Amino acid sequence: MMSKAKANKAQLAELFRSFIEPEFVITDDETLKPYECDGLAMYRELPLIVVLPETVEQVQRVMRICHEHEVPVVARGAGTGLSAGAMPHKEGVVLSLAKFNRVLDIDPLRRTARLQPGVRNLAISEQAAPYGLYYGPDPSSQIACTIGGNVAENAGGVHCLKYGLTVNNLLSAEVITAEGERVTLGSDGLDSCGMDLLALLTGSEGLLGVVTEVTVKLLPIPEVARVIMAGFDSIEKAGDAVGGVINHGIIPGGLEMMDSQAIIAADDFCGAGYPREAKALLLCEVDGTEEEVSEHIAEAEALFRELGATSIRTSKNEQERALLWKGRKSAFPAVGRISPDYYCMDGTIPRRHLAKVLLEMEKMSEEFGLRIANVFHAGDGNLHPLILFDANVPGEFERTEAFGSKILELCVAVGGCITGEHGVGVEKIRQMAVQFNDQELQQFHDVKAAFDPLGILNPGKGVPSLKFCQEYRSLEHKQHRHEQAGAHHG
Amino acid sequence: MADQIDLLQEQVQHARNNNRKLNIVGGGTKAFMGRTADPDADTLSLGEHTGIVEYHPVELVLTVRAGTSLAEIEAVLAEQGQCLHFEPPHFGEASTIGGTLACNLSGPSRPWAGSVRDQVLGVRLLNGKGEHSRFGGQVMKNVAGYDVSRLQAGAMGTLGVITEISMKVMPKPAATLTLVQDMPMEEAVGYMNRRAGEPKPVSGACWVEGKVYLKLSGARSAVEATAEQWQGSIMEDGEQFWRQLQDMRHAFFADMDTPLWRFSVGSAATLPVMEGQWMMDWAGAQRWYRGEAELSDLEPIARASGGQVSLFRGGDRAGEVMHSQPEALKIIQRRVKQSFDPDGLFNPGRLYSWL
Repeated sequence: MMSKAKANKAQLAELFRSFIEPEFVITDDETLKPYECDGLAMYRELPLIVVLPETVEQVQRVMRICHEHEVPVVARGAGTGLSAGAMPHKEGVVLSLAKFNRVLDIDPLRRTARLQPGVRNLAISEQAAPYGLYYGPDPSSQIACTIGGNVAENAGGVHCLKYGLTVNNLLSAEVITAEGERVTLGSDGLDSCGMDLLALLTGSEGLLGVVTEVTVKLLPIPEVARVIMAGFDSIEKAGDAVGGVINHGIIPGGLEMMDSQAIIAADDFCGAGYPREAKALLLCEVDGTEEEVSEHIAEAEALFRELGATSIRTSKNEQERALLWKGRKSAFPAVGRISPDYYCMDGTIPRRHLAKVLLEMEKMSEEFGLRIANVFHAGDGNLHPLILFDANVPGEFERTEAFGSKILELCVAVGGCITGEHGVGVEKIRQMAVQFNDQELQQFHDVKAAFDPLGILNPGKGVPSLKFCQEYRSLEHKQHRHEQAGAHHG
Repeated sequence: MADQIDLLQEQVQHARNNNRKLNIVGGGTKAFMGRTADPDADTLSLGEHTGIVEYHPVELVLTVRAGTSLAEIEAVLAEQGQCLHFEPPHFGEASTIGGTLACNLSGPSRPWAGSVRDQVLGVRLLNGKGEHSRFGGQVMKNVAGYDVSRLQAGAMGTLGVITEISMKVMPKPAATLTLVQDMPMEEAVGYMNRRAGEPKPVSGACWVEGKVYLKLSGARSAVEATAEQWQGSIMEDGEQFWRQLQDMRHAFFADMDTPLWRFSVGSAATLPVMEGQWMMDWAGAQRWYRGEAELSDLEPIARASGGQVSLFRGGDRAGEVMHSQPEALKIIQRRVKQSFDPDGLFNPGRLYSWL
């Protein structure tokens, strides 16, 4: 049901221009163009209007106007998202928070930082460094991505096994609701009375509110960090080594794995000296006090040898540590050099199924006729298979998408989930029907309605409609039957 | 070890069909928390819905039925050298994991190890329509759908019956050691926070009865080296001290007659010293105050320190016991409650009179 008060583009723009500098109310197609997608460029849409408010009061007024006229609102930070979560709505407003980029306060004694949502993730640690503190969650895009977006996606990164995700490192968030109310969720304390709406907001992909301020916890910078690079001649052995180190009681600050395709690409790219003949490579970083790190590094090295590592190298200084990580951190662009395009997936699995899932993906790779490279957070089971393809070859992207869907469904089948840190967005909305039943999806819709009764915040993202899910499931079922029939006849 | 989901589901349906309310009870050790339970409501017991559903030590993930006792869980984990890192308080042998999550209870290690809420990865929940659903999962990272699992932490059963919980577990620290020294309360706040800001293996920091206690845990070499560098004498029965603090069996908590208030505030906050007794835990982020007071008088003090206050034990439990909520958040919480429990079956009024 549309409101009688529905305004057209020109009327809306005029309303916004009454309190936002006219040049920051964008309506022409050429200037709107850079906003048409986020980091997942396959999904594009031109918005009706982009606004760049400067104050919280302006954000509040934008929300009130949009609520009154039932206009969709998509909040946007740096646009580094990888699931089209910030893709605009064609009849909606993109609310850019780019101007909210100030660190408001760092309290070194209390170990907290109060931030505007547009502050870049890495900038938090840079500004906290003089106090011997840093911010734990470190998504790979941390040089560019913003804390507001991190909250929206519950961003993770290499450190998460030990230091937790965004949700574990937040104290409070100031939020403008869909109805334009300004509320604070959480407090300066470690917990608050009532329902934990802060937990609900984190990772909600901009569907429950617009974050205008965040207070995060800071951690003391570890005295020392050293990384062990261990090569293995099989994926199974590397997988066992991941379990081995954790079972031994060591929680690494980072535990990452690369497969042979990624090892060679990354080594070509940055000359880290990776063992090019290895089938799998582990990077295991241990951080803590000098004593703790020496003790754990010696134990982990011995363990990796025992579990069949074919090569081991441990960083002796910061320079070497940075070099060993450089390959991992530049693995995506490195893979970009060996393929015209790549598509990054983001499924999570229980670690014990690592080898099985990787081998199954290898089989699928042959079936689909598309190569894959694997670079991922082995410590927490968050896989990032990169499917290599060429967008100029007709039909290849469609095949890539189909392959990606199969990978996510495989993750669910072994007890995992369809997204570990990138979010559902538009990209994985079909697979939500695989992970959740209608009852569960209905509950999500009901939660959404509690915050946003008119459904104006980021509509069409995150949670699919039940009708869509039923169609998707029945299609899958039909295809499955068809394939089975084919197999019988073949 | 028993799965009683069919029975629980039946009881919820019965309550729904007969316009009855339900008080959710696990081991019954937290009856003193929240507002007084509705005397007209029927009891929905999870005491028999127990057992470990899945545990793979190498995954660091445990899945249990909500009525399982903390004691049983900790015994099973200990066999594998693992533990619940958030040190849940046991208010008796019968304390369950479900109640611990519903009340969002965590022990002295909370600022470093995270809370029960932080360790939850997934739950199964029976809602007010009698539907049994699964939210979250058994993996460390999962951002599909809203975080309904963590929403249960502190909701005190007002959103549904938590029937199963998957949570992160951690290796037991190799060594633990406690440093103690005399210090007045005013100095202790700054001292605990400065220590917490150093990259050392701190896992507990509290002040009680004129003494500051710091717990160190981790690799033996690291713990011993830190103890040598820092002031304070090594406490003989340190583990026992922290255990008493965790389970609220420390002498500070012995007086059950005077109301016990809990301030959850910025760790370095300076609170006015009111008449009564004080204890500070969580490096200052959790402060216990025992004394006669009104919630409405304490709320401004908590707010000025960036936090909130609640009446934890004793006092008037027919009135509000939790820090009041602004109108906009009341509206959202009522709607969220409605979305899970449209007929208001579960724990009516236990968290707030208006919920």
